[in-house]
Amino acid sequence: MTATVSATGSAPAPQRGPFLDVQDLKVHFPTDDGLVKSVDGLSFHVERGRTLGIVGESGSGKSVTSMSVMGLHKEGGARLSGRILLDGQDLLEANPEEVRLLRGKKMAMIFQDPLSAMHPYYTVGNQIIEAYRVHNRVTEKQAREHAIEMLHRVGIPEPRNRVDAYPHQFSGGMRQRAMIAMALSCDPDLLIADEPTTALDVTVQAQILDLIRDLQREFHSAVIIITHDLGVVAETADDIMVMYAGRGVEYGAAEDIFNEPQHPYTWGLLGSMPRLDRERSERLQPIKGTPPSLIDVPVGCAFRPRCTFEHNTGGRARTERPDLMDSGHGHFVACHMRQEQREQLWRDEIQPKL
Amino acid sequence: MFAYLVRRLIATVGLLIVVSIITFSIFFLIPRWAGASADTLASRYVGRTATAATVHATAERLGFTDPVYVQYGRWAKGVVVGEDYDMGASVVHCPAPCLGFSFARQEPVLPDLIDRAPVTFSLAIGAAVIWVIMGVSVGVLSALRRGSFFDRLAMTVALAGVSLPIFWTGLIALTFFSYKWGLTAVGGAYTPITENPGRWAYDLLLPWITLAFLFSAQYARLTRAGMLETMGEDYIRTARAKGLRERTVVVKHGLRGALTPLLTIFGLDFGLLIGGAVLTESAFGLNGLGKYAVDGIHANDLPKILGVTLVAALFVVIANLVVDLLYAVVDPRVRNK
Repeated sequence: MTATVSATGSAPAPQRGPFLDVQDLKVHFPTDDGLVKSVDGLSFHVERGRTLGIVGESGSGKSVTSMSVMGLHKEGGARLSGRILLDGQDLLEANPEEVRLLRGKKMAMIFQDPLSAMHPYYTVGNQIIEAYRVHNRVTEKQAREHAIEMLHRVGIPEPRNRVDAYPHQFSGGMRQRAMIAMALSCDPDLLIADEPTTALDVTVQAQILDLIRDLQREFHSAVIIITHDLGVVAETADDIMVMYAGRGVEYGAAEDIFNEPQHPYTWGLLGSMPRLDRERSERLQPIKGTPPSLIDVPVGCAFRPRCTFEHNTGGRARTERPDLMDSGHGHFVACHMRQEQREQLWRDEIQPKL
Repeated sequence: MFAYLVRRLIATVGLLIVVSIITFSIFFLIPRWAGASADTLASRYVGRTATAATVHATAERLGFTDPVYVQYGRWAKGVVVGEDYDMGASVVHCPAPCLGFSFARQEPVLPDLIDRAPVTFSLAIGAAVIWVIMGVSVGVLSALRRGSFFDRLAMTVALAGVSLPIFWTGLIALTFFSYKWGLTAVGGAYTPITENPGRWAYDLLLPWITLAFLFSAQYARLTRAGMLETMGEDYIRTARAKGLRERTVVVKHGLRGALTPLLTIFGLDFGLLIGGAVLTESAFGLNGLGKYAVDGIHANDLPKILGVTLVAALFVVIANLVVDLLYAVVDPRVRNK
């Protein structure tokens, strides 16, 4: 946590700043029903060799954020503003061809469902070779050797035979490994994993997370893991960004978020993890209500309609949108409650129940 | 794979037998049910002034007095080993495979079919090349520029193409391109490709375009729908995430997925067409298999129609078999089953 996070994004970009620096990103989609504010003023940064976990419910803007970084948002459809600086280069200002050449080479992505994310008609090897040859002038044979080497590194047994298999001939876990091999084939500096374990068997999930962590050390890349599952980020992330309705509501080092979370939404997420060591009735404490429509985000604090501590804000939650403010040592929280109040609530009311 | 092929070929033979029984029944059994006697059937094949006795003799000679299944048996035997037909004055041998024997012309049908097939094949192949290229490219462009002026225009024209019957578009095309502007052949002519390829293409150009227009329209709509679907797939996003050129994404990843369902339709359409493009051949006066069947209908020469129907059925079945085999080539998921 070295650079400052600015909620307004007005701070000038540092010359030698973080590897990925997203400042006040807004992604709005005009639709017939109104303007969908999928991401509305989001700032974060990731260093090489570090892992950022972005956590939130469906529709909180996590995936839209990652697609915007990759330059994969629908052309013409989305209105983007803010800055996305990758190694100092502003991706929103760069022309699409420049961004295309960065994709796969400097930044790569792993998707949720490896079965549908791989082309059913081409062999796994073919798809890795293709990814490698876009950015490297090598012969088919060299690329094939590289693909086999990559499959070996992600732990696929007998890579020399498996390289010619089709995605449907792989198991779910193996497919995700192959997907990772494909993403890492050009040795990217930034790896975005969008729900990398959601479609997988529970027993395989941990293996994949281990693999991502090991490979990150090996490749010394910056990693963003997007998930709705706090368990996933607990194992992998150095920093965590909790998103709600297109904005960051809590942002800080992973241990701070887990040990001293200060936002009621984060408390809710922690309570939503089932605990088998509790009484059956207390095992799961879901957050009441549903995420807001991104066309019609509540005025004031977007989480207010679902928040049980609204009375502590003296009505400010109804009128004023809380900014993501540093509560000391780089732990940012967007809540109208006073810091002491939040800390006390966590200690006295929330933590004992978790 | 080999076992599969053998199984499919056996099924093909069975299917052809069923088709022949149904066709045979339509032409030889239903008239009986409708009250036609053996003599009325035979009266078509004798002179107008023939006496009742001559007609009856002809009916017996041609076997119309036998039960229909006996007649079918004789016809089926002809297909396998050949059959002799007693024409009164002489006995004509119809060598195997005897697909039928024209009572009116007093000659086997098969040589005629072989004679006419090149016309239909030329028509079908040329048109297929045009419609696949046109239909697929228009469909892809329409899908990529969805909602644009091009898309709307293409889809409106396609709707017209699907709706307008070929005997109308054919006549309109002939009127303008051939008669008014003199750009294309006036129809009715066919030059074998072996004789003069340029002339062959010139003679067939307008029929090709007319026939291709109908099919392009349909293929453009199908391709567009298929592309819209595949371009929304996750693997397209992956392809883009790799940093591939948009052209590679569209052609190698998008189109490849969209073409598979098109292959099925193409097999059916093409198989049906090489069995006789009835309307196109009639509109342009091309003496192909379709026209042959139409002539058979006009002349009440049932064996001709039976012959064309069987050949057409054979082509459709073969085309389907080829498509099924190609599926395994195109889609690796089919191969393992």
